[in-house]
Amino acid sequence: MVSLSEARSEEFVYLDHAASSPIRPRVVAAMQEAQAFYANPSGSHRLAREARARLESARETVASALGCQPNELLFTSGGTESDNMAVLGTLGASTVTSPQLLVSAIEHKAVLAPAHHLAQRGDAQCHEIPVGRDGVVDLDAFESLLGEHVAVVSVMAANNETGALQPLAEIAALVKEKAPQAVLHSDAVQAAPYLDLKEIGATYDLISISAHKLGGPKGAGALVVRRTSSFEPLIRGGGQEFDRRGGTNDIVGAIGLGVALEEAIEHRQDESVRLRALMHILQERATKIDAVYATIPNTDSLPGHAHLLVEGVTRDELLVLLDREGVCASAGSSCASGALEQSHVLSAMGVSASLSRGALRFSGGWTTTMQDIDYVLEVLPQVVTRLRGNR
Amino acid sequence: MRVLVAMSGGVDSSVAAALLAQEGHEIEGATLKLWGGASDSGCCSVSDVDDARRVAQRLGITHHVFNMAEEFDEKVVNPYVLAHEQGRTPNPCIECNRSIKFSALIEKAKRLGFDALATGHYAQVSKENGRYVLSRGVDPRKDQSYVLSMLGQDQLRYLLLPIGSINKATVREQAVALNLITAKKPDSQDVCFIESTKGRMGFLESRLTMHPGTVVDAQSGAVLGEVPAVELVTIGQRKGLPAAGRRHYVVDVNLSKKVVAVAPSERAVVDEVLLTASSLTWTDQPLRGGEKIFAQVSAHGRPRLGQFVVEESVSVRFDRPDSPVAPGQTIGFYSYSEPSRVVGSGIVTKAVVL
Repeated sequence: MVSLSEARSEEFVYLDHAASSPIRPRVVAAMQEAQAFYANPSGSHRLAREARARLESARETVASALGCQPNELLFTSGGTESDNMAVLGTLGASTVTSPQLLVSAIEHKAVLAPAHHLAQRGDAQCHEIPVGRDGVVDLDAFESLLGEHVAVVSVMAANNETGALQPLAEIAALVKEKAPQAVLHSDAVQAAPYLDLKEIGATYDLISISAHKLGGPKGAGALVVRRTSSFEPLIRGGGQEFDRRGGTNDIVGAIGLGVALEEAIEHRQDESVRLRALMHILQERATKIDAVYATIPNTDSLPGHAHLLVEGVTRDELLVLLDREGVCASAGSSCASGALEQSHVLSAMGVSASLSRGALRFSGGWTTTMQDIDYVLEVLPQVVTRLRGNR
Repeated sequence: MRVLVAMSGGVDSSVAAALLAQEGHEIEGATLKLWGGASDSGCCSVSDVDDARRVAQRLGITHHVFNMAEEFDEKVVNPYVLAHEQGRTPNPCIECNRSIKFSALIEKAKRLGFDALATGHYAQVSKENGRYVLSRGVDPRKDQSYVLSMLGQDQLRYLLLPIGSINKATVREQAVALNLITAKKPDSQDVCFIESTKGRMGFLESRLTMHPGTVVDAQSGAVLGEVPAVELVTIGQRKGLPAAGRRHYVVDVNLSKKVVAVAPSERAVVDEVLLTASSLTWTDQPLRGGEKIFAQVSAHGRPRLGQFVVEESVSVRFDRPDSPVAPGQTIGFYSYSEPSRVVGSGIVTKAVVL
């Protein structure tokens, strides 16, 4: 157990990195320093030029990590904005007739909601690509959906709830073959700390990332948009971000994102191995508890994910008791009120409604230690027994 | 004691939580997400959850949001729609209390290790000779014992009602003194899943087929006019009827024939209401046949003097003919010797004119 902040006196175990990862000290330092560049980077005086230089240097860092040119990298306010821009901005500029959107059924709401919105408005047809019980896009089904009317394809690199890795290379190859006119987007928000984004960048037209999943600040993200892709801005104004997103740039956020990404890349290999081992132990030992199942094995997911289905209990109660024991975990999706919602990801996977009531996601990250895992494994059986016993 | 306070986001439950915190209990708050659709009633919406959360933060207590929308649909909303199809007028708030707040939520609170559940209802629970007594709140205009009249010993034992012993004005004063965001918030109105702007019609029309009905004079059979949806007509209703010269009340609704019978107030009376035997609940000891009681047929209705009757069917016979009661309504029984004390409840099947 670690005490992350002096402001908090009690100790706790934080296993909710997939929701938001604690900011890294180097990022904090860089952002603090960046506060000095207060001038508007669009100006012409010396301070503006200096601010602009910092912004562009951050842009180069992020662009190189994502395998794109600096003028293909747009800074945004985060993953949701990036995803919205990807769906709405590309479809808005599409010249495909009777356009269709193909999105995986397990996309984040940041992709699904704008896609459904376009469909509801009659601007496009929206088809959801089914996934198997393993949480992975069904490639045969995907192939059968491809054709000349497909304008946009959006498949996430890894799912935020289960951590399931998606076959991005196969998807890109199929699109190239069967729907070359389509624009290809991948939401890499969840995968960014662990996957080589350059590899994705080589075949995808658009990629979304978010700083706070990488140990960076909230409110900062980026979207790759190829110069060759037609794109309609959502936010119009002073022509910033290559006329693709108006608004004075958040230099501090951009620098924070850049440093977070650098840090993540530097530690990527070691961290992947380390977390895979920790979360694998957590998942494997947790499934020794009677009627606790691995939703998908950790070995098929992002290294930091350990998703469980706990039969006979409800996730809200699991979370309350775990929280009381100092364990911060999650159950997947919540709505604006904070109430837990039925997971569209688990239902797309064919997990029964009754079993998905007991969904529990542990997600580790750069602060996670073996002591954390040991503590959770000590507490979890007690919590489950208690919730079942009083029934 | 470790107490879970059900916080709707209104002023009453906010103050209930504050009072318990002041008494030194270890408390946590919970807001239930019951209805997924639109709402303007002053509870259940995202902003009401936010209000509850703000109050909890102000009081320095943990706040939870529990999603019980599935259970709410199954136990409250769907039966409500079905009842209208069958010509009954249920009270969904009572059904919510019966199967959600004082059943599913109590079970949840127990599993989570709480010693008690508290709500912001205006009613009182006390202990007498080892038994729990439910009685009216001290504020006569706010008393909510009727909507709790279905509770039994198992639930009362676990229940705290901190504001039942004070009146609304004091509750508001307390909220102001504590600088709670809900201090000036209007009281919640009506049913959470029915928008006041659209009414019952707006809610039900997408869920069941409405049929126009003929309105006739109950005595002469003369046709007086039409109503657009016979499913929405309730016995005892006065508004929304074709003008009949004088005030008329609905005394009968025949869904299969689509006929609504109305009568002027002096003839719109009932002597007895039959109750569904399986619907009877007792706060403690059951009533015996022939016992005198006070009966209340709506949330703020005037108690009627009557007799609990157990003959070929169970019923309440009023001492004097009184205004009509719709099937599906809950009737709360109060002690004859101690009129503020709740004895039990039942659901009306049919009103009878002797």
